Amino acid sequence: MATIEINDLHVEVEGKEIVKGVSLKVNKGEVHALMGPNGSGKSTLSFALAGHPKYTITRGSATFKGADLFAMPSDQRAREGLFLAFQYPAAVPGVTVGNFLRTAINSKRAGGEAPKILSGAQAEAAGKNGNQISAREFLKILKENMKLLSLKEDFAFRYLNDGFSGGEKKRVEILQMAILRPEMAILDETDSGLDIDALKTVADGVNRFVGPDMGALVITHYQRLLNYIKPHYVHVLMDGRLVVSGGPEFAHELEARGYDWIRQKYGVPAAAGVA
Amino acid sequence: MASVDKNLEELTKSKDQYIYGFSDQEDYVYKAEKGLSSRIVDQISHIKEEPEWMRQFRQRSLDIFQRKPMPTWGGHLGDLDFNNIYYYIKPSDRSNEDSWDDVPSYIKNTFDKLGIPDAERKFLGGVGAQYESEVVYHSLQEKWAKQGVIFLDPTEAAKKFPDLFKKYFGTIIPPADNKFAALNSAVWSGGSFVYVPPGVHVEVPLQAYFRINAKNMGQFERTLIIADEGSFVHYVEGCTAPVYSSDSLHSAVVELIAKKGARIRYTTIQNWSKNVYNLVTKRAVAYEGATVEWVDGNLGSKLTMKYPAVYMLEPGAKGEVLSIAFAGDGQHQDAGGKMVHCAPHTTSQIVSKSISKGSGRTSYRGLVKVEKGAKDVKSHVRCDALLLDPESKSDTFPYMENEEDRVSIGHEATVSKIGDEQLFYLMSRGIPEGEAMTMIVRGFIEPLVKELPMEYAVELNRLIELEMTGACG
Repeated sequence: MATIEINDLHVEVEGKEIVKGVSLKVNKGEVHALMGPNGSGKSTLSFALAGHPKYTITRGSATFKGADLFAMPSDQRAREGLFLAFQYPAAVPGVTVGNFLRTAINSKRAGGEAPKILSGAQAEAAGKNGNQISAREFLKILKENMKLLSLKEDFAFRYLNDGFSGGEKKRVEILQMAILRPEMAILDETDSGLDIDALKTVADGVNRFVGPDMGALVITHYQRLLNYIKPHYVHVLMDGRLVVSGGPEFAHELEARGYDWIRQKYGVPAAAGVA
Repeated sequence: MASVDKNLEELTKSKDQYIYGFSDQEDYVYKAEKGLSSRIVDQISHIKEEPEWMRQFRQRSLDIFQRKPMPTWGGHLGDLDFNNIYYYIKPSDRSNEDSWDDVPSYIKNTFDKLGIPDAERKFLGGVGAQYESEVVYHSLQEKWAKQGVIFLDPTEAAKKFPDLFKKYFGTIIPPADNKFAALNSAVWSGGSFVYVPPGVHVEVPLQAYFRINAKNMGQFERTLIIADEGSFVHYVEGCTAPVYSSDSLHSAVVELIAKKGARIRYTTIQNWSKNVYNLVTKRAVAYEGATVEWVDGNLGSKLTMKYPAVYMLEPGAKGEVLSIAFAGDGQHQDAGGKMVHCAPHTTSQIVSKSISKGSGRTSYRGLVKVEKGAKDVKSHVRCDALLLDPESKSDTFPYMENEEDRVSIGHEATVSKIGDEQLFYLMSRGIPEGEAMTMIVRGFIEPLVKELPMEYAVELNRLIELEMTGACG
């Protein structure tokens, strides 16, 4: 049984069907790249897997570690070990990066019970019991991972994604992944808007964790990211369907030839108004 | 009875003469009926052993109160029955034993810091309750006395410092100001009198709790603070712990005077039980280069009407109001601020953050007034409202009166609900929905919470969490 198994999935948003029957299996230790032109349904697929309320599953199913994924609310999916790095992360003013991360870790440990706001001595005591992460342990993990992602320490005190540049937002997404240690990470166009250095930093971050404990579904428009995060499999999504899959070298072929030849070869009509 | 005598003996150690005097008169006052009359006003003045001028002040105020009509704006006051209220603190309230659990942790911490290890046992002993508050109060008092700082019950201050008291009392908010100021002027009791000498900076916030324990929190508190030239004081009143009151009307008056170069910060966190009408008049005057900051947190009460004001009388004066309001089911928080620029080169700021949950209603009501001759004035108002549920309500009533050309007045207002994208983002990291909503709400008020003393910030965050989870009754 694959870590994540998607079977004939159909997803609608605002009454329109975007994903039209996708089947896919991804295991821990594997990197799958998902490529395709704009509007093909890549983000829709990732939102549907993460449980965004605006996306409706009209047909099909998915399992995560053997359990029915769509039966779980989105917060539970995350606690089970599913992570989505957003293409456009939401800003949450007034909530610091540090406070947010600590709450996320404690939510996982509490298994869905609302974590209590503890202070000082109480927090230390809870940390020792393993229920809540102690301030000391948390700061250690935070510092280590921020350094990895070239994020200055004062980021921990900044309000989450509030006024962050595109590159900073993407690095903070990977910081969250690094700290939450998911078993399956879906990276939605993590490379968009990044310069080479930021791209390398992000890729290094991902590569550090991909392995026996974590699989990744890397959604990208361009082949460039895949020079740094080497995929085992490359899939192409067009007009809501997975039309072709290949090995790592397939990404180079796509880069060289574009998507039109696939449309012609597999008979996929170009979606109206899409390049 | 022997035990009553013993209690009285303990109480003679208390510096608060009013409590002692009151229990002496226990039976007499207890028999008196509800409602308001000049006889009751006389009784109050008599119990407090006030000078004649104060008794007359009260009687004049009562007269004004009876003649003034009810306000036709603001919250719904139709259910308020003036005849069904006790206008003095009932003795039965005093005899209840305090529980150590009810004491906010920041108070308990202070007992520890001040090295009063057996405070808890004495506290639970009942008699010790007031005594221990007095012990804390006394040790702080020694420090202040050395600096010349006066921090007393106003009744006591009127007796000990009559000239100083009479010079300022009622000068900022005269009885005729509004109906509820008149009421307070007639029946006031409790509150604080603070005087800070020139150049003195009071580093530790003056916490009203130490001087009057939560039980005594008066219905009609009267506070007067005078910060002399170049001084600084931070006064904190109120308790984040819910204060249960069978009294349905609380009407306080707070007068602040910031002389040249002085700074006063006045912080209030109000969490009255949800049956209370909380109608408060707060006003400050700021002289040359002086600053007054009102930090106003409104969480409790059935209806609060409160608009802290700063009158900037001389150049360089500054006024600021930071206001947080939270209205749950059945509550109406009608709050805001008033900035009156009477001199040139003055600046003011009002920041209001309100949250409505369930059927709660928050209203921002504010005034920025620039008088003729007040050139080069800068004023900025920002009011943000957050609506958590479909039936939640929020209003904004901003008023601007401007009689000058060269001024910069800005106003920004936003109304929002919790964004689906924000909520989903937090949940996608494993945070349950309820907790995610609470985080967003706390984030919303964070710019204000930052301004509170740390212990209050922690307590306020905890309170918000309780309100959000519906754990508070």
